[in-house]
Amino acid sequence: MIDDAIKIVKEYKGKKLRIMEVCGTHTHEIFKQGVRQLLSEDIDLISGPGCPVCVTQVDYIDEAVMLALEKNVTICSFGDLLKVPGTKYSLSAARGQGAKVQVVYAPLDAVKYAKEHPDEEVVFLSVGFETTVPSSCIALQLAIKEGVKNFSLLTANKTMPVAYRAMKNACDCYLYPGHVHAIIGTGLCEELRDNEGISGVVAGFTPKELVTAIAVAVTKLQEEKPFFVNCYPRVVKPEGSPAAVKLIYEYMESSDEEWRGLGTMPGSGLKLKDKYSEYDARIKFAIPPMHGHGNPACRCASVLKGEIKPYECPCFGKICTPEHAVGACMVSDEGACSAWYLYGGLDLK
Amino acid sequence: MNDVITMAHGAGGKQTNELIDKVFKEYFSNPLFTGDDAAVMEAPKGRIAMSTDGFIVSPRFFPGGNIGKLSICGTVNDLSCMGAKPLYLTCAFVIEEGLEIEELRRIAEAMKKTADEVGVRIVAGDTKVAGKGQVDGVFITTTGVGEIMEGVNTSGTLAKDGDVVITTGDIGRHGCTILLQRDDYGIDAEVESDCAPLWNLVKESLDAVPEIHVIRDATRGGVGTVLYEIAGQSNVGVEINYDDIPVKEEVKGVCGLLGLEPLYLANEGTLVMIVPEEKKDILLDTLHKNKYGKGAAVIGRITSDHQGYVVSNTQLGVKTILPQPGNELLPRIC
Repeated sequence: MIDDAIKIVKEYKGKKLRIMEVCGTHTHEIFKQGVRQLLSEDIDLISGPGCPVCVTQVDYIDEAVMLALEKNVTICSFGDLLKVPGTKYSLSAARGQGAKVQVVYAPLDAVKYAKEHPDEEVVFLSVGFETTVPSSCIALQLAIKEGVKNFSLLTANKTMPVAYRAMKNACDCYLYPGHVHAIIGTGLCEELRDNEGISGVVAGFTPKELVTAIAVAVTKLQEEKPFFVNCYPRVVKPEGSPAAVKLIYEYMESSDEEWRGLGTMPGSGLKLKDKYSEYDARIKFAIPPMHGHGNPACRCASVLKGEIKPYECPCFGKICTPEHAVGACMVSDEGACSAWYLYGGLDLK
Repeated sequence: MNDVITMAHGAGGKQTNELIDKVFKEYFSNPLFTGDDAAVMEAPKGRIAMSTDGFIVSPRFFPGGNIGKLSICGTVNDLSCMGAKPLYLTCAFVIEEGLEIEELRRIAEAMKKTADEVGVRIVAGDTKVAGKGQVDGVFITTTGVGEIMEGVNTSGTLAKDGDVVITTGDIGRHGCTILLQRDDYGIDAEVESDCAPLWNLVKESLDAVPEIHVIRDATRGGVGTVLYEIAGQSNVGVEINYDDIPVKEEVKGVCGLLGLEPLYLANEGTLVMIVPEEKKDILLDTLHKNKYGKGAAVIGRITSDHQGYVVSNTQLGVKTILPQPGNELLPRIC
């Protein structure tokens, strides 16, 4: 069966097909497994805005840096975020200026840290999609239960539905992120197909699952009518995970969120509900509005919208490398620029 | 004798002698380890190899070994990679004030046991004590001299087009073990360091196949880094078959959770060997007979294509570049 799928993606000839892999983990696996080398020249894979680090706005980093340097707050964060450039400093550079920044591997570790350091104010950087927000909520749940008052969240959570609508002209079909739909289910995909003519397939993460999903997309696209196929049924159920969704909306509500490259999109984020405002770092520390800006030469925005390939950015590989990232897409392993940089240096046939 | 190390133990006086007598002499005593300023030995007849390495691993005790065992294995294995029988070692300790002497004893005991396994003798040592907080527990530096086997010539510059790449066991276990010892990850997995002295394995291999071109200890940076080094030194390309690389399921699982690549995790008892194609079966048979070589496997080959790069054949039958090692947030591992 995998041979059939490989044959389909290799031998396709015809109208150029633009398929967007939304998820950063997909981007990484596609490069690691060499999926691109299999594809016919008439199939173009576009890396979309599904790496949470990549779409994190400059202002958000500036907020975290400000908390650390000016309010003497201890920042707890996933490691990836440390190297994302802010207007003046990344969190990693802020550390050199005396900022206290702890790398944690789960939000619960930030609560644990706060409990063990009652003299410090601890802020966890809650950045992620529907996949990681539940773990932030669990951390908050624990902090409330145990009365950990020196813990709060600085949120920049994003949700996918609005982004799918906003990006629909950038591609002919989405490879929907398997992990996100394991949480939110597939009802949305059917709705997008029926009401807005947006096509897509949910894809898993093994090489076989990825190639199979692309082959299904290629086959369906030739029928020239909107479609949706769940190619990852072993994990993604139509109803998703109601428990995780319930947990998210117990603590969070929909918000207007700025995405790097895409601007502010109404209803595209998740912020804490008012009743939990004492755990909302923006309110707790009265953070003023930020007006940050990135390096003007950086074209992450165009990369995220699929308008250019990473190597078409003037910074790529010159002033912007994984060691010294100028743009967010070069920071995370899941970013499109990082993947092109690490895997794309050689023409392998 | 006090049960913890004090600054007086490093002052060179009575207590220093007491420490040497009661801890180190008990384990390291041999006719060559005298009270004189330097050890005096007969020079070997052939060429010699010499190597030195410092060890600052945290934690000092881990499943599969401790800093003492590691400090012997590291230098023994470096000498072995040059085809040199390890003859003599020196060791220098920098000990933190307050370290329990019992712990030092356990470290010295592990050093003796490991040295005895391959017949290397510890002929000189040094002990310094640093103030509390100036070092972390104990740092050990070992230096070794070995006699190179006749007719053997191994070097990272000697890999040739068509040669076969072998690892002598499953990879990534030491790095994975040390990572898991940190509380930060909250992951429990049954992984044990591969830390082992490999001279006997290397000797048997070279006795069977003197033509081995390259032997490398895949320590810090792992097999991936070693392969990139060899590709650069020999001006060749390396092609690996990703699915043939032996990795324990537990290590795979941990790497999956933490987003790590086993090829870049440290090993302390696993070597990379590069050998002419026609000799690979004899070498594999030989390796499989040694307890440290049971997991040996062919993982790839040397090619004249894509010089300087390591390329991986994936499950999909296509080639991708193995990304070069980057800067990761890892604890000290050796």
